[in-house]
Amino acid sequence: MPEVLQAPLVVEFPFTRSLGPVQSAFLTGLRERVVLGVRTGDGRTLVPPVEYDPVTAEEIRDLVEVAPTGTVTTWAWNHEPRRGQPLDAPFAWVLVRLDGADTALLHALDAPGPDAVHTGMRVRIRWAGERTGAITDIACFEPYDGPAAQPGDHTGEFAAPLTGIVAPARLDYTYSPGRAQSAYIHALSQQRTVGERCPSCRKVYVPPRGACPTCGLATAEQVEVGPRGTVTTFCIVNIKAKNLDIEVPYVYAHIALDGADLALHARIGGIPYDQVRMGLRVEPVWTEGARFPDHYRPTGEPDADYETYKELL
Amino acid sequence: MTSEEAPAARDVAVVAFAQTDHRRSTAESSEVEMLMPVLHDVLAQTGLKTADIGFTCSGSSDYLAGRAFSFTMALDGVGAWPPVSESHVEMDGAWALYEAWTKLLTGDADTALVYSYGKCSPGSVRDVLTRQLDPYYVAPLWPDSIALAALQAQALIDAGHTDEPALAAVGARSRADAAANPHAQLKGRQPQGDYVVRPLRTGDCPPVGDGAAAVILAAGERARELCARPAWIRGIDHRIEAHGLGVRDLTDSPSARLAAEKAGVFERPVDTAELHAPFSAQEVILRRALRLGDDVRVNPSGGALAANPVMAAGLIRIGEAATRIHRGTSDRALAHATSGPCLQQNLVAVLEGDPR
Repeated sequence: MPEVLQAPLVVEFPFTRSLGPVQSAFLTGLRERVVLGVRTGDGRTLVPPVEYDPVTAEEIRDLVEVAPTGTVTTWAWNHEPRRGQPLDAPFAWVLVRLDGADTALLHALDAPGPDAVHTGMRVRIRWAGERTGAITDIACFEPYDGPAAQPGDHTGEFAAPLTGIVAPARLDYTYSPGRAQSAYIHALSQQRTVGERCPSCRKVYVPPRGACPTCGLATAEQVEVGPRGTVTTFCIVNIKAKNLDIEVPYVYAHIALDGADLALHARIGGIPYDQVRMGLRVEPVWTEGARFPDHYRPTGEPDADYETYKELL
Repeated sequence: MTSEEAPAARDVAVVAFAQTDHRRSTAESSEVEMLMPVLHDVLAQTGLKTADIGFTCSGSSDYLAGRAFSFTMALDGVGAWPPVSESHVEMDGAWALYEAWTKLLTGDADTALVYSYGKCSPGSVRDVLTRQLDPYYVAPLWPDSIALAALQAQALIDAGHTDEPALAAVGARSRADAAANPHAQLKGRQPQGDYVVRPLRTGDCPPVGDGAAAVILAAGERARELCARPAWIRGIDHRIEAHGLGVRDLTDSPSARLAAEKAGVFERPVDTAELHAPFSAQEVILRRALRLGDDVRVNPSGGALAANPVMAAGLIRIGEAATRIHRGTSDRALAHATSGPCLQQNLVAVLEGDPR
């Protein structure tokens, strides 16, 4: 078996989220160094605030300011901070019940070591130098042994309230395509196209994924198909994709390679877009050093008879 | 309702269970390649063919795969042509089993295939799981799954319900039991190791690994035809708690207790409990919430501390409990699955064998 292929895969999105009135007030407040909670029907103050009472599901809007000082309700020492976490140096994760609040907020505590942290310890907010209206406007908590700060009486009305946040997310993967697709990709690098035959229905799948979707059986028998094939159906693309260096309009087609029982898709070139047709016979065009065909072009053969590919539409 | 009585609910049972050998990495296999032997195994146990299955339901996560709609690829393994009745949950397969159970109760199908799989190896599962957290207040801080479990463990220690040696004993017992489980990833004596996030050490945390599982459910007489001693699902329920960690009492699991009550756990004692407790402290919490006495055999499979393929580990708990009933080593078993940080969501099922 050839070496298993692997490649880095990064999934990255800037999630753009809108805020309701309560979240807007809370995050705008952080920007202004004001911590707001929300009061429930039974008089509890939730920090961070939510828009619906977790017990009764009633909508709650009654904002109330709490103090920037509080008490640790539980903690965990993080000696190896990970990407994106609030502090680069070892720190404690803490849940902190701010003075005036009945629930606790998750954040980081800057402390010299685990021996300096305990449940019940007093802490206060260290504000970030630049604040944008995000939970990270609290840079972290720090130990504090002074008196409890008195909360102000902010109502949650701000001159320029935030209406949304952008929350970037990035995850890194090492992608492995598995046995069947690895074999397919290896063969492509030698300019060969290899499918796999189902042991039961005898259909040849290209590209192979290791399973026959009709029989639900593993496929293993490799079959070389093509290189020539027949256009079974196609579309004309009129919108230029970002970062794609292909002039529009162009044709994207399903191509049944000779010997395959499943059509794969690829771009058609070497022929004006309005002359591509079902039944057109095509062959792959390889560019220097490429690991897959750049596009398919007409072979010049007579068109295939509809009967020969109608099952592959 | 008219004066006519509602028809009696159908009895539904787990009649077959299969799982992969769980491993740190299965880079040589795609998801469907990893899953197919397990699907073929449960079908072979019952003699059913994919075409015989009335309903198919699966559980998995795009965030583990790093690809949108990744579950559609796995459908090649169930023979989805000609068209089948199929559904998917972006959750542990235990919740897919719940959906299949309700489908069988309606009478729409007599048999169901439930499967789930998770390949944790392509990414960092600690980072991946941060994406299920509150996106406004929590996820931007990137608190990883072990950090959140550590906060819960410390709360439990501060409350006097456990200490670090007791937690280490949970991990040691789990891996000792796993020595008899050919599928487990970590088995036998393992070092307790250093702190990962204090107070949790390596031994308190689940191994990161890849794996898959599949179950076949059948209703009424069909179950007796397919299995000598079906594991009847006498009750199943799932409950969720507030997403705000600071709103919850992390030392307790009221949602697990309520699910257990609704599933009928407390009506009669169980002899076995398969708990989905990926972290040692969570087993302590669940034993208390589910009122499990010392006479209950907890996680004879080794549990999630021995193998934790994310999205399959909960379904495996149901499968392991059912297998003990099939073999006659249990008569009434509890199976539990969890999802979300710090036991946020909990599913509890009660399985019983026919009297002997």
